[in-house]
Amino acid sequence: MSEPAVEFIGVSKSFVGRDGRRQVILDRVDFSIPPGQTTVIAGGSGQGKSVTLKLILRLLDADAGQILVGGVDITGIRGGRLEEVRTKFGVLFQGAALFDSMTVFDNVALPLRERTDKTEEQIRQQVLATLQTLDLSGHEEKFPAQLSGGMQKRVGLARALQLDPEIMLFDEPTTGLDPVMTREIYELFARTQRKLGYTAIIVSHDIPAVFSLADQVIILHDGKMDAFASPDELQWSTKPHIKDFVRTTMGELYQSQLVE
Amino acid sequence: MTDIAGKNALASLGGTGMYILADLGKMSLFLLQALRGLFRRPFRFRECVKQVHFIGAGSVLVIFFTALSTGMVLGLQGYYSLNKFGAEGMLGSAVSLTLIMELGPVLTALMVAGRAGSAMCAEIGIMRISDQIDALECMAVDPFRFFISPKFVAAIISVPLLTALFDVIGIAGGYISGVLLMGVNPGSFIEGMQQSVTNHDINLGIIKSFVFAVLVVWICTGRGYLVREIRGAGFGAESVSRVTTQAVVMASISVLIFDYLLTAIIL
Repeated sequence: MSEPAVEFIGVSKSFVGRDGRRQVILDRVDFSIPPGQTTVIAGGSGQGKSVTLKLILRLLDADAGQILVGGVDITGIRGGRLEEVRTKFGVLFQGAALFDSMTVFDNVALPLRERTDKTEEQIRQQVLATLQTLDLSGHEEKFPAQLSGGMQKRVGLARALQLDPEIMLFDEPTTGLDPVMTREIYELFARTQRKLGYTAIIVSHDIPAVFSLADQVIILHDGKMDAFASPDELQWSTKPHIKDFVRTTMGELYQSQLVE
Repeated sequence: MTDIAGKNALASLGGTGMYILADLGKMSLFLLQALRGLFRRPFRFRECVKQVHFIGAGSVLVIFFTALSTGMVLGLQGYYSLNKFGAEGMLGSAVSLTLIMELGPVLTALMVAGRAGSAMCAEIGIMRISDQIDALECMAVDPFRFFISPKFVAAIISVPLLTALFDVIGIAGGYISGVLLMGVNPGSFIEGMQQSVTNHDINLGIIKSFVFAVLVVWICTGRGYLVREIRGAGFGAESVSRVTTQAVVMASISVLIFDYLLTAIIL
């Protein structure tokens, strides 16, 4: 079997809350994310989905354990080596995190200008081509605030894809979008992934919609995690907290399918 | 009961002490990273120019009016005080020394903190809470080199120049009110100024303006950068507004404290 794209070995993370109490988010968690596939990390709010994503990106430091990205332990590295690991990632943030004082074009061009030696003309061509595939032609000179939520997400995706990431991370990619837009965004993910072959890690609570994409599902619950090889396996799980989770998040949709 | 209350009070005092120490540590680390960012390549020259324009050129009008009114008031006040002793010939010396050594550097720094410092703090705070800084880090772009260190460069260039402008306009203001309005002899105004202002006084003013520039830009950008880690700041837009206010107050108070310290040490 090929090397996992990301692997957590005994990772713990806790925070001291504003009331001074220590809150355990992850408690010696192990999991591995196979390359080239789509893994969905789900769980109720406050169960550490976003923390897991930030740990993978080393925006947070783990209290204990190892986090391997492409076989390299990232928990101890800094400076240039950390930057090298980070260039493997493309990230679509929850609120798209576009630079609001820059135009759409400049946002998408930024990683190319900063991280490559391409000429301005090459950058221009690449950015315009990406914007075209994501249905954003004609919006290059607009500022993020002038775009709809769905368009901002697409610009965020365009920016994240510029450096050909091996691993794409999506943090709640459909928050604030209507159902039609949500489906469009997920179709777009599936299309770009088929084309570019990256490993996708999607953090979401939008369970029924996102499961059509998932190869593997990870559920975070009370600091622990359960991994399932497919959405179906999750659905048939007999663990009480998983059954609970399936019932509350997927509700009628899955139950009706079960009855059939 | 009182025993428990006492212990709680001690614990909260200790907690506050630890928080302040940790906060100071984070601010020091921030300063080190910003200074390191100055030397990382590629240097963002255009961003520096943009910031010099914002901090420097954008503040000229504010500095002009502040300096003019300060100088004119100094001229009037000085005239009335000195007139009592028949020493209005000392007016040029009094106005220029006050401006060059004290009011020029201090008021320029306070104005820059209020105008540009607050804007820098709010900008960086919003970038922090909307994940824009995380986004830069994820693209392996150092946010310090990218947009924080250029603000340091711009402040270190702009504030001393603005201070010099303040001094010149202020002295002109003193001349207007003292000589043109109150009738002090122009020759004795200029002569008194030339005789009393030494290189040492000018150096003191320049050193102060450099130190204040670093203080203002450090505190204002640092508080914005750390907006999520500041106790009692709250969340979201409210946290940015609170931290911006706090940054301007902290920067202003630090300028005043360092003004006294530098004067005491160098004078």
